[in-house]
Amino acid sequence: MSLAQSVAAPAEAAPQPRRGGWRWAMARLLRNPSARIGGSVLLLILFCAAFAPWVAPHDPLHVNTLGRLLPPSATNWLGTDEVGRDIASRLIFGTRYFLLICLIASTISGGFGILLGLVAGGGSALADTLIMRCTDMLLAFPYILLVLAIVAILGPSLWTAMAAVGIAGIPGYARLIRSVALTVKREEYVEAARALGASEAQIILSTVLPNTISPLIVYLSYATPIAALSAAALSFLGLGAQAPAPEWGAMLVNSRSFLFTAWWAVAAPGLAIFVAIFSMNLLGNGLRDVLDPRDV
Amino acid sequence: MSRYILRRLLMALPVVVGILLLTFLIQAVIPTDAVSAMYEGQVTEDEAAEAIAAMRERYGLDQPWYVQFVRYGANVLQGDFGESIRLRRPVSEEIGYRFVNTLTLTGVALLIGIGIGVPMGIISAAKKDTWLDVGAMTVGLLGISMPAFFFGLLLILVFAVWLMWIPVVPRGGAALLLPALTLGLIEAAPLSRIARSAMIEILRRDHIRAARSRGMGEFSVIMRHALPGTLLAVMTVIGLQFGNLLGGAFIIEVIFGWRGIGELGVKAIQWRDFALTQAIILISAGAHISANLLVDILYAWIDPRVDYDQ
Repeated sequence: MSLAQSVAAPAEAAPQPRRGGWRWAMARLLRNPSARIGGSVLLLILFCAAFAPWVAPHDPLHVNTLGRLLPPSATNWLGTDEVGRDIASRLIFGTRYFLLICLIASTISGGFGILLGLVAGGGSALADTLIMRCTDMLLAFPYILLVLAIVAILGPSLWTAMAAVGIAGIPGYARLIRSVALTVKREEYVEAARALGASEAQIILSTVLPNTISPLIVYLSYATPIAALSAAALSFLGLGAQAPAPEWGAMLVNSRSFLFTAWWAVAAPGLAIFVAIFSMNLLGNGLRDVLDPRDV
Repeated sequence: MSRYILRRLLMALPVVVGILLLTFLIQAVIPTDAVSAMYEGQVTEDEAAEAIAAMRERYGLDQPWYVQFVRYGANVLQGDFGESIRLRRPVSEEIGYRFVNTLTLTGVALLIGIGIGVPMGIISAAKKDTWLDVGAMTVGLLGISMPAFFFGLLLILVFAVWLMWIPVVPRGGAALLLPALTLGLIEAAPLSRIARSAMIEILRRDHIRAARSRGMGEFSVIMRHALPGTLLAVMTVIGLQFGNLLGGAFIIEVIFGWRGIGELGVKAIQWRDFALTQAIILISAGAHISANLLVDILYAWIDPRVDYDQ
């Protein structure tokens, strides 16, 4: 059944998947307008990133000093930048940086956050106190400030920017997973598993971990746009991706001085960041509607 | 009340030590310290090595880390943030007036954010699920998706270049207008969401139903019975939002050339001027913690339901 049909004739036509299951959640998500818009744009970004060399009309790094700061035209859809590179092609290749940043930052925050959260929520009281005091300390910093402090320690570059954004996100994930672990551990079926002789580690892996998936997806949809926005801000401040790389934040800072003469060179990467983040937030809104148990 | 304040202050103490430790790390873990960063590739190797050794000794970089940390902590508590290696003068001299500039910017931005965000959230809640609500919430979502640095440039483009309402290089109060507006409008988005959800929650309560059943008009119900509770809920998050504003100021100050600690902080990180970086991050974190402390105390003072002994 195509997407359009499923909108026109909802649920009754298809056999209802089990309420609360993943297929049911997926079906609800596909019917959610904000998730559909956000998801489509993100799929487009994914497509551009995967097939950038074929989608892009020009070489994103090709310098043409005779065609500097050209306004948008048929050959250069979004014009050219301060050294004559095609902006549209650079935006298309920029999707790779954008997704890479999201992926690496979320992997670092999520990976370490889940590990620390499970140890704090499922392990000894000492480990819990120690980990929670550390997260308290890190959360006492405003997010951007924490990111900047980590960049100051590691030194500015694209990789350290991604690492910094990732590390700064760890305490949030750790707290979330810990709270889920503490709630799940009080459930009766966990008591039953313990009575049957399951070890703490088994209980955590078999009961706690699966229960974290739904809140984790919701939290991911909050945290990832913030991480991506911060990484772009770092590039803009000259503390992230560096000059020739077609990273959106870096493109913006390089063309910034031409705001008065060639506004399109500034608007294009800025709008790209904005649209990408907005779609992530739209998809996130949809995910929350579907996965947040309070609304079901 | 005074016991509550004392307890809150004591609770903040470990956090302060933690922040000191983290900012101390800025100079302790780095692979090349500030001295070698400054002399890199400028003089012959022998000359550089000699100068580096002399500078290391002068700034105590040759001591073990715990000695350095204790000395660092003691100095900071006395208001001595060391000397900026790049600017070649005490950090405290440079930072003072810049901190005032940043506080002015964030203060005005906060007022703009509250002035726009809170009424927007309240109207959304009062007209829940109408086109007005959906519209306001969409604007809010656009606001949280907007990169601050792009929004700032956009405002310059529209107001200074196209409409020419504001000079491109403004002076005096006009210089504050665009950066504060940028920061404030971006801040209005999360504040409107908080105000909306607080108001919706309060409008479901019994005392609101009682007021309505007594025949009170919807406007008075909202203004007299729902607004105080909503403002209280908004107030609790303003402490946290102040930290966001400070972080946002780092970016906004760079765009508008506002001479605050954020603009200097970004330069300091690029220069690898660690004393300066440490001081700026420490002061910003300190301001954030103080703001939260202040909000907590103010909250306990305004709301008699808060139990001081808990």
